Amino acid sequence: MSLAETEGTAPVQAGQAAQAAGEAKMTARDANVYYGDAQALKHVDLDIGTNEVTSLIGPSGCGKSTFLRCLNRMNDVIDGCRVKGDIRLDEEDIYHPSLDVVQLRARVGMVFQKPNPFPKSIYENIVYGPRIHGMVHNKGDMDEIVESSLRRAGLWEEAKDRLEQPGTGLSGGQQQRLCIARAIAVNPEVILMDEPCSALDPIATSRIEELIDELRQNFTIVIVTHSMQQAARVSQRTAFFHLGILVEVGPTEEIFTNPKDKRTQDYITGRFG
Amino acid sequence: MNVLTILLVLLILSAAAYFVGQRQALAVGGGSAKQLHSLPSYHGFYTALWVALPAIILLILWLVIEPHVAESVLRANLPQAYSQLTDAELNLRIGEIKRLATGNIVGATISQDLQAAADSYANTMTVSRIAMLLIMAALVGIGFVFARKRISITLRARNQVERVTTIIMFLASLIAILTTVGIILSLLFETGRFFTMVPFWDFLFGIHWSPQTALRADQVGASGAFGAIPLFAGTLLITFIAMLVAVPVGLFSAIYMSEYASPRVRAIAKPLLEVLAGIPTVVYGFFAALAVAPFFRGMGESIGLDVSSESALAAGMVMGIMIIPFVSSLSDDVMNAVPQTLRDGSYALGATQSETVRQVILPAALPGIVGAVLLAVSRAIGETMIVVMAAGLAANLTANPLESVTTVTVQIVTLLTGDQEFDSAKTLAAFALGLVLFVVTLCLNVYALHIVRKYREKYD
Repeated sequence: MSLAETEGTAPVQAGQAAQAAGEAKMTARDANVYYGDAQALKHVDLDIGTNEVTSLIGPSGCGKSTFLRCLNRMNDVIDGCRVKGDIRLDEEDIYHPSLDVVQLRARVGMVFQKPNPFPKSIYENIVYGPRIHGMVHNKGDMDEIVESSLRRAGLWEEAKDRLEQPGTGLSGGQQQRLCIARAIAVNPEVILMDEPCSALDPIATSRIEELIDELRQNFTIVIVTHSMQQAARVSQRTAFFHLGILVEVGPTEEIFTNPKDKRTQDYITGRFG
Repeated sequence: MNVLTILLVLLILSAAAYFVGQRQALAVGGGSAKQLHSLPSYHGFYTALWVALPAIILLILWLVIEPHVAESVLRANLPQAYSQLTDAELNLRIGEIKRLATGNIVGATISQDLQAAADSYANTMTVSRIAMLLIMAALVGIGFVFARKRISITLRARNQVERVTTIIMFLASLIAILTTVGIILSLLFETGRFFTMVPFWDFLFGIHWSPQTALRADQVGASGAFGAIPLFAGTLLITFIAMLVAVPVGLFSAIYMSEYASPRVRAIAKPLLEVLAGIPTVVYGFFAALAVAPFFRGMGESIGLDVSSESALAAGMVMGIMIIPFVSSLSDDVMNAVPQTLRDGSYALGATQSETVRQVILPAALPGIVGAVLLAVSRAIGETMIVVMAAGLAANLTANPLESVTTVTVQIVTLLTGDQEFDSAKTLAAFALGLVLFVVTLCLNVYALHIVRKYREKYD
């Protein structure tokens, strides 16, 4: 279990991190993560812009997934993992002892690398979240939320006739869209995606990418990806991590055409990775 | 020379053959294994097998056939006087002759012709043994020469040795299967005999169990009653009580172990719980009979209840404790098999740990848990020692857990302990009960394994 050191007011460092185009939905200042004695993330300052897609790229083990999991405190689940620093959602410290992690995760949803629908029907998969948060009270509410979530995830046409069938019976790409629908169903403000397409074929991947672009209207999205093309296609801002350090962050176009740091350039031109 | 010595000699010979074969293969290959199709050691095994296998097969055949041949020789050479005897008397005499020949104690007075027959029988046996040894030696020699001749660069020794090993493994599994089949057949056969004495429907649906049969026609209580319903009811009652104890306790401890306990607690607690499964059932039995049953009786007395000193409740409770590890260990395994991604998915939606356990883990693990419970039930039904000691022998048809009841296994034990005649309905009833028990536990096991397997396929 990790309890972050909570400093009342963290010194806001004016660096590249504060360069978010619009207004910042989430902010991280001097975020450090330790697994036991090993430090996985070192002094990261990063802003996540509202209604933007921010992509986190970098070689394996660079700390990008670790950072992502700090944003909804999924690191709490891992034994021996400690988070230090100041991470805020709408100016509210998410590691503050008085903050309810259940509430936080209702506001910051997550989609995982491998599609992980529950072994229940498609319908039950969607209503799971709304039900535990007391957002639905009768069958009508649930029907409505199922339809709207599936529509927004682009799965309604394919799934509307088989809502009572198990979610595990869908194809990989459909399962991943079901997981996205499941995340949207609780109406979060931020959606975290941890390599959401790495287990999918190119066609399913492009559908998810289109979906991410549509979802940007209503949600703030952070996506970890190994594919630089994907980062270039879907994101407005890109952050490059290397060895636990945030090397460079900026508008996606700039990062890919005119990187300031040598390491970023080496990585995006494929010299290491 | 007895069989053990023969086998030992064969072992030494084949070991020697191994080294000869290996050496020769190396020599053929010009000092290295590079050119050989198979490694030298395979050539060694090849030679050793040719030396030992034919001889062993001969030995087995000889041991099976020899007694029959020797006996027919003996019968052919019997004195004239014996031809008037009945078959039963003749068999008795032949038995005596054999015992005399092997130097065992003989009941009858030893007449001259009996002694002569015994001598000739012993003679036949000696001749037979010498013949066997000679043929065996010849086989060993031929096999050795043949194998040495075949050794060459191109000999596919490995393939042949492996084929023989496969056959040996097949035979080993065949023995296990044939034994099971044999047991089932003997159960079926004896049960068939039982049902010629007691009608099938009387046994299966009769409500009175009193398995006395008379030795003499004029005895009191000569007519036994073989209605097995009280036994089935008693078994079910005790199993039900046992499951009432084992399922909740086992399941909750499994949930704690797999979801809440820290790795350190789990590493200590799980083996400790499994120690429960290692306690001999006899120990549970006297624990039930000497500690638990009197405790319940005392408790009952203090609140004015009439509790039998051997009660279904005591036996069922202790049996329940005994099968806790089955339920908890298997359920713990299936819950651990639920992928971590499902837990993550649930937490990421803002579910608490208990919501995750109730709504995601348990439903996902349910088939496996049901399988675990069914295995525990079949274990409870077949359990004997605890009920023998703690449940009593009275075949009461009752649903009251405070009375003493008896179970199928207890009755099998009491029917067969002590000196028994093996053709009375009383002893044969044990086989019929055994068959019922076997069929029920087999069905439960097959069904449980089917469920568990179906579940496993889902996530692997």
